[in-house]
Amino acid sequence: MKLKKKIPLIDQHDKFGFWGGKFGGSYIPETLKKPIDDLTKEFSKLRNNKSFIKKRDFYFNNYIGAPTRFIKLENLSKHLGGAQIWAKVVSDANGGAHKIYNATVHALLCKNMGKKYIVGDTGAGYAGKMLSMAAKKFGLKCKIFMGAKDIKRQKPNCDAMKKNGAEIVPVTTGSQTLVDAVSECMRYWVSNCDTTHMCVGSTVGPNIFVKICGWSTAQISRELKRQIKTQFKKIPKKIKLINCVGGGSSAYGFWSEFVDFPKSQIELIGVEAGGPKNSKLHAAPLSRGAKLGVLHGAASYVCQNNEGQINETESISAGLDYPGVSPIHCFLKDTKRARYTYATDEDALNAYKLVTKFEKLNPSLEPSHAFAEAIRICPMLNKDTVIIVNSCGDAKKDRDILKRRLGKRI
Amino acid sequence: MINPINLAFKNAKEKKRPALLTYTVAGDNTKKKSLEILKSISKDVDICEVGFPHNTPIADGGQIQTSAYRALKNGLKISDVFQIVRDFRKSKNSKPVILMGYYNMIYQYGENNFIKKCKSSGVNGLIVVDLPWPENKEFAKKCKAKTISFVQLLSPTTSKERLKNIIKDSHDMIYYISMLSTTGGKLKVSPKQILNNYNKIKKIDPKKNCVIGFGITEKTIAKLRSADGLVVGSAICNEITRSLNNRQNPVTNVSKLVAKLRNKIS
Repeated sequence: MKLKKKIPLIDQHDKFGFWGGKFGGSYIPETLKKPIDDLTKEFSKLRNNKSFIKKRDFYFNNYIGAPTRFIKLENLSKHLGGAQIWAKVVSDANGGAHKIYNATVHALLCKNMGKKYIVGDTGAGYAGKMLSMAAKKFGLKCKIFMGAKDIKRQKPNCDAMKKNGAEIVPVTTGSQTLVDAVSECMRYWVSNCDTTHMCVGSTVGPNIFVKICGWSTAQISRELKRQIKTQFKKIPKKIKLINCVGGGSSAYGFWSEFVDFPKSQIELIGVEAGGPKNSKLHAAPLSRGAKLGVLHGAASYVCQNNEGQINETESISAGLDYPGVSPIHCFLKDTKRARYTYATDEDALNAYKLVTKFEKLNPSLEPSHAFAEAIRICPMLNKDTVIIVNSCGDAKKDRDILKRRLGKRI
Repeated sequence: MINPINLAFKNAKEKKRPALLTYTVAGDNTKKKSLEILKSISKDVDICEVGFPHNTPIADGGQIQTSAYRALKNGLKISDVFQIVRDFRKSKNSKPVILMGYYNMIYQYGENNFIKKCKSSGVNGLIVVDLPWPENKEFAKKCKAKTISFVQLLSPTTSKERLKNIIKDSHDMIYYISMLSTTGGKLKVSPKQILNNYNKIKKIDPKKNCVIGFGITEKTIAKLRSADGLVVGSAICNEITRSLNNRQNPVTNVSKLVAKLRNKIS
């Protein structure tokens, strides 16, 4: 299994949609073959269409707000000693997280295909909130599928969705989290694919959805590459790009421009959700040795039992609370280009406390997992090493959890 | 020797009625009960579809999901599914069995092992909901080599070109999904429209047995009786749920329902 150079990772799959010959693909019911073929054709046409790119860039610049900041965390670096810690503040984006890139592109695609309805899944509620924003912006009717457990724990984002005129469909099957929301959303699409477009909220699902999402979030690393060059004059000799990984959309977007660099110069570190400290449950298929399986239309490492039933997961962070992961991250893992580890709920909470104590930054629980790893390795490195953390979400949505766990008002 | 699935269609045709196919979930609501249900409906059914339940079923509606969760909650394992089929196939008057489920369970079991186990348990056919053509070509070949029919699915969204290719690669039976829906949805297209599409499929290869499924109930089954075969699934799962809620015996109630269904098409 080998990575190719100078070809975007999203395009390094075979004719059946597999990365590295075994990750991804399109395991879908026959009914979805046609809508997925249509979408595949439409996307491959539009991504090479100059006026579509212009339109995308227009909305990225003027609606999402590009570029998001790239800042040094002076106080945190000083406190920890060792390497310098920087943050790419993707939570500056309109709506407060990276999910807006994928949502905006899907809304544009939906409009281009002449469909008036758009549906999507959400865990932390960011994918749903952003899709509802984009739907409102482009005049589309929007339905969001969300686990009943997540609706309770991410209320602020639900309020936002409703305000944007979207209908939230509570999913009460199974564990009532993201995995069930994605299943229910796919079922809805099976029944309504003639009039409705589906947006998968991360770089997961059938091949085409992985590609569209990756193509959208890649904006993050395009900006970052320019910002690094401006800041340091040239690309520094030692960089570590640390990103949390649930489905893996923000990590893909954060890394895509840097995959061709040697690992010795730019290390890619993905941090999964390890769940509560003493719990057997987690949402870390890559770093805790899950087996290859098929979930939601794609083959990837999946938390599952010997029989192929999908395991329940547990994480304080709804956005990472998913048993599968992007096939692209499986590919990056097996080619050893990226390293994957995990942080527990407690690690993430401690990281949140430390970051907010020293910096004017309010990372949500998802990037707090990434900060936990940055904080762990920072003191062991020298000052020429540049750690960059993707602060991909804002903690406003987590206010209830943080208040309960830390007694803190934010 | 004519294979049992084709034979079932032939028998039904001789009696000038469509074959009746039922779908029940193995282990719903217990291993014992699901076997009893199969045995007791067998007299009215031509082919039994038996679901091996998965906890992330992306194409199933509420009724079948409920049945699957019930079976899994009782600790049903894939080895139990094979045991139920083996016991059923050994019983008097048993009918051909088609296993139906999602690919991940086959993948974890190992494709070759799974097919071998199907063979030794007396399974005659397989439906894999999320393994479409052409991705299923290799697996379908492996099935055929062991004389297990791989059942290809067709839907209203399948293009004409695709229809031709899939039918060409299909084995003894093809399955036409009546409408854009998960299992158990309300029939949202007219039976006439469904039969129109069905006839297009039959025109491509009149010799292939084609069944219609999704949304078929006691109310709608008679209107579709010109098809080679009709599948009823969610209505039966729903009957099991209803029986359990009313503290009645699902075996008796399901047998009654199936007898009625058979009556409507005889």
